[in-house]
Amino acid sequence: MSTAPLVAFSGISKTFGGVHAVENVSLDLNPGEVLGLLGHNGAGKSTLIKILSGVYPPDAGEIRLSGSPVNIRSTRDAKALGIETIYQNLALSENLDSVANLFLGREITNRFGFMDDEAMEEAARTSLDRMKLRLPSLSKLVASLSGGQRQAVAIARAVHFNARVLIMDEPTAALGPEETAKVGALIRELASQGIGIILISHDIHDVFDLADRLAVMRHGKVVGTTRTADVSKDEVLAMIIAGTLPAGMARRDH
Amino acid sequence: MTSQVPTEVMPDGGTRRLSAILGSQSLALLLVLFVLVAFFSLMRPDAFPRIANILNMATDASILLVLAVGGTYVILTGGIDLSINGVLVFSGVIAAQAMVWTGGDNPPTLLVGLVFAMLAGAAWGAVNGFLIAKARIPALIVTLGTMGMSLGSALLITRGIDISDVPDSLVVGIGSGRLMGVPVLVIVTAVIVIAGGLVLAYTRFGRYTYAVGSSPEACRRASINVAGHLLKVYLLAGVLSGVAGYLSLARFATTTLSGHTTDNLQVIAGIVIGGTSLFGGSGGMFGTVVGIIIPVVLLNGFVVLGLPPFWQQVAVGAVLIGAVYFDQLRRRLRDR
Repeated sequence: MSTAPLVAFSGISKTFGGVHAVENVSLDLNPGEVLGLLGHNGAGKSTLIKILSGVYPPDAGEIRLSGSPVNIRSTRDAKALGIETIYQNLALSENLDSVANLFLGREITNRFGFMDDEAMEEAARTSLDRMKLRLPSLSKLVASLSGGQRQAVAIARAVHFNARVLIMDEPTAALGPEETAKVGALIRELASQGIGIILISHDIHDVFDLADRLAVMRHGKVVGTTRTADVSKDEVLAMIIAGTLPAGMARRDH
Repeated sequence: MTSQVPTEVMPDGGTRRLSAILGSQSLALLLVLFVLVAFFSLMRPDAFPRIANILNMATDASILLVLAVGGTYVILTGGIDLSINGVLVFSGVIAAQAMVWTGGDNPPTLLVGLVFAMLAGAAWGAVNGFLIAKARIPALIVTLGTMGMSLGSALLITRGIDISDVPDSLVVGIGSGRLMGVPVLVIVTAVIVIAGGLVLAYTRFGRYTYAVGSSPEACRRASINVAGHLLKVYLLAGVLSGVAGYLSLARFATTTLSGHTTDNLQVIAGIVIGGTSLFGGSGGMFGTVVGIIIPVVLLNGFVVLGLPPFWQQVAVGAVLIGAVYFDQLRRRLRDR
């Protein structure tokens, strides 16, 4: 590969009470790539992601961001490096509107200490336009938005403050087919702007159509990674369930 | 491939500011208030709509409104403060005692009283806030406890006998004083209500109050100090209860140890009638003002009409239940 990957895990391990949650994992994420991280519950994908987002420190191994090693000790560190995580429950404030949610904790105020609603709304609009993202009304309460629109608000909040890596936990699991397509289009749009996206799921159907590449984890280890185009869903299922690789695939991609 | 994300027209943001202050329920409520005022005015045009009577009603509402400003913040966080009446009485006692010790009947003495009232209120507010935010004891229990503790302490300090040794200048200047015809109590209350409303609608402090009541987890993810904010909100409610205690002292020229027993419930009822949700996160100061004023107008109206004033309690109870019912209907429609 000519350029350094956006995120490179090498030899990452993490144990909880003697149990290897993540064992010697090496994995790359390239700029503009959508990587599906698959595996059963307890396969280690959540732990790996929490190491990247600063929730847990790794016991061993190294994370490199665009080639330079980083030391992520807290979620704040991760955010400062442009690593944003969207959890399944989205953590939005239902009684606030989209703009207020976008800027929650980072409100723009004028010199008298009053919030500058116009400035925030304008910045939100600009940011949403850049993402080719439209919401029915920015001043509508999040409580009245659909699941897909909420997902869009959560994504907008994550990306607005210059995210380079976006981690999404089962982003479309709770959505209907139409909304899933919309969120999918948004994810592709973000990837086309160079953001690296990791989609976590235990269900192959959630990510198969979205991901450029799939990484399957089992018992804390990476079973293998593959380009989505090169495999069938059944082959990926076999990787998830039995840990068996499709014929002709290397044990590791590097 | 172009993104197929929903495209609809976005309305201009100018209406945001107005809807931040008003709310859909507040407008309906304002209509109720207008109907009541119109009704009583038609029934007794000679008595109800007089300036003197209106100022009377405003004065009656003033101390409750000061309490309700703090109460609105508390309820917006999803909490409750039952201790406000106990803290009010306690602060009044401390203020009266401080002014007795200071002696004299001049502005510095009055200032000492105010400072002590606010400090006393702040102390109880800090206790509430600490126990609720840090020790994570339910607000209902904490403030029920501190209500008894503050009221009991006030009775201990005074041995159950009201302190009526209040500086005349406080009673004459603030309690029954007027500025250009408007009672000073009403002016002080208006300033507190407007300041409280502006802070709630337009500052980070206000925004975080809604956010904490809406989703503490969203706040934590956004690096907002939830416990710290709760502490500040209960502190604010305590300080305002202290101010209310001082105003009560000025108005009644005595500590009124047994005169505020249902203030907490009246205030909570008014806030809820005003559309602030007991579940937190939704509501506002404008609704609170209307919600506090409606029971006052009802009481005054019944008295003016010569009806037994006890009807007011019945009517307010019905309005309270009705208001919560409509709030729930509105939520169900909104959430579909």
